[in-house]
Amino acid sequence: MGDDLRRRAGRVLAWSALGAVAVAAVCPFVGGSGMDYGKLWRGEGPDWGIFVNLRVPRTLLAFLTGAALSTAGALYQALLRDALATPSSLGVTAAAALGAVAALALGPGDEAGFPVVWVAALVGAGVVITLVAALGQVKRFTSFTLLLTGIAVSGVCTALVLLLHSMAGLTKAFQISHWLMGGIDAVEYSVLGWLALVLVPVSWWVLRQARVLNVVSYGEAWAVGRGVDCRKITWQGFAAGAVLVGTTTAVTGPIAFVGLIVPHLLRRVLGPDHRVLLPACLFGGGAFLVVCDAISRSVLAPVEIPVGVTTALLGGPFFVWLLWSR
Amino acid sequence: MKQLELVGLRFAYGGGRAVVDGIDASADGPGLIAIVGPNGAGKSTLLDLIAGQKTPVEGSCQLNGQEACAMPRAALCRLVAHVPQLVPGEIPFTVEEVVLTGRIPYGRGLFENDDDRAAMEMALRKTRLEGFRQRKFSALSGGEKQRVLLAAALCQEAPMVLLDEPSAHLDPENEAEMWELLKELKAAGKLVIVVTHHLGLAAQHCDRVWLLERGKLVADGVPCDALEAGRLERVFRVPFYWHQNAEGRVFLTYGR
Repeated sequence: MGDDLRRRAGRVLAWSALGAVAVAAVCPFVGGSGMDYGKLWRGEGPDWGIFVNLRVPRTLLAFLTGAALSTAGALYQALLRDALATPSSLGVTAAAALGAVAALALGPGDEAGFPVVWVAALVGAGVVITLVAALGQVKRFTSFTLLLTGIAVSGVCTALVLLLHSMAGLTKAFQISHWLMGGIDAVEYSVLGWLALVLVPVSWWVLRQARVLNVVSYGEAWAVGRGVDCRKITWQGFAAGAVLVGTTTAVTGPIAFVGLIVPHLLRRVLGPDHRVLLPACLFGGGAFLVVCDAISRSVLAPVEIPVGVTTALLGGPFFVWLLWSR
Repeated sequence: MKQLELVGLRFAYGGGRAVVDGIDASADGPGLIAIVGPNGAGKSTLLDLIAGQKTPVEGSCQLNGQEACAMPRAALCRLVAHVPQLVPGEIPFTVEEVVLTGRIPYGRGLFENDDDRAAMEMALRKTRLEGFRQRKFSALSGGEKQRVLLAAALCQEAPMVLLDEPSAHLDPENEAEMWELLKELKAAGKLVIVVTHHLGLAAQHCDRVWLLERGKLVADGVPCDALEAGRLERVFRVPFYWHQNAEGRVFLTYGR
């Protein structure tokens, strides 16, 4: 059975990676403005430039973001033993948004300010996770109180975002709204490099915890008796999830639903074992967001739908169907 | 050096009343010890202290001469297998997977190895769960679930096994079977400590009883001494009666 599991995990890993690569290879060719594939083949502008500088980085960003969000979703669902936990459950997303919006509203307001926005979003996420962690150290926590705290933190952050939004001038208010809609935009390759540098080791760490995460779902009483330090893995996991979510949200803005739908769908298909589930979430989440991004820029071209709208419109009804179909 | 040595063991939650109040005792395997006492006497807390899951306020709890709560978790769990009272019933894993959680103290690899599977097979065989391997834990009856948890504790291959009210949800057949299994564990050289409310069964099967009252160890000895009727009446505030039938079988009843 153990060997079976190892083989099955390997198979799922290989297939999901292959699928993700296939999706990522096809999607850059799909888009709003019709592409002259002849020019692209010969490496001539403007199509070559669009492909290399816009489509490809965009696809890579979508992949990294989707992978990070759904891995974090699966991780939080395991740690909080709550099927409805999402990367935003602890208020991390809302706090990152508050940080970014504060930077947009109070900063100089030119496009060059974007690295500042990322840093501010990261700071926001970091502050919340430290706060929640500190609270958990002082008082005994349950996953239920943590979830409720997350809801309260999200509420406060959202209120502050709205406050900043209403106080900002017209130009800044537009910038803020645009960021809040959440979207995959083309970014420099150096940004992708930095993202990968953060996301790859953190995701690797999360995957390595798969066997322990399985036991966490048995409850603390059982896990402790099997030598698992529940408190330690919980805080480490929260921190890892916050890094995954904070880093990507900083670049893309909040994108809903990916962290909820992808792990759930895959759990239905593959079962609850995180050794199989987590790698599938990583690649599946990446592929899902790449597809959603391709749809976003294609269906109403030349208008681009924010990718968060696509994930919610596709994912929401599908998710409800999934829940009610059994 | 004793396998288990409790010296002046004391525990209280956040500066409150002592739940475990100065317990001195020691034990060596093989043995089958019952911890009995009224609700709130500190039975489960004592078990948690022995399992190294709580840190004593005073005194010490040593396993083979090492302070339990200070040991590295994995090493501790190779010495003690603790089956808690409350485990969520809706665990989505199969019986095999639940049993294999007992192998986590033996390695941090992502997958179980041959030793792990051999231990699982042994545990499934002993608990007669071979036919249940692929069944979902959440779909089992209360008695079957308890057997699976016990199998996981066996799979842990620790010389000491702690069980917190393992027969709380079992029908007579399953309960009788569980006691037989515990006696087999004792016969295999293990030190088995069971928290239970079934005084009669404890007297019937155990070779030693620890009677707790408000955190204090008020009796420690063979069942017929420790569970003497007058003492039980003082501790439980209900009259107790020992009976013997024509075949020499001994019963313990209580109540007015």
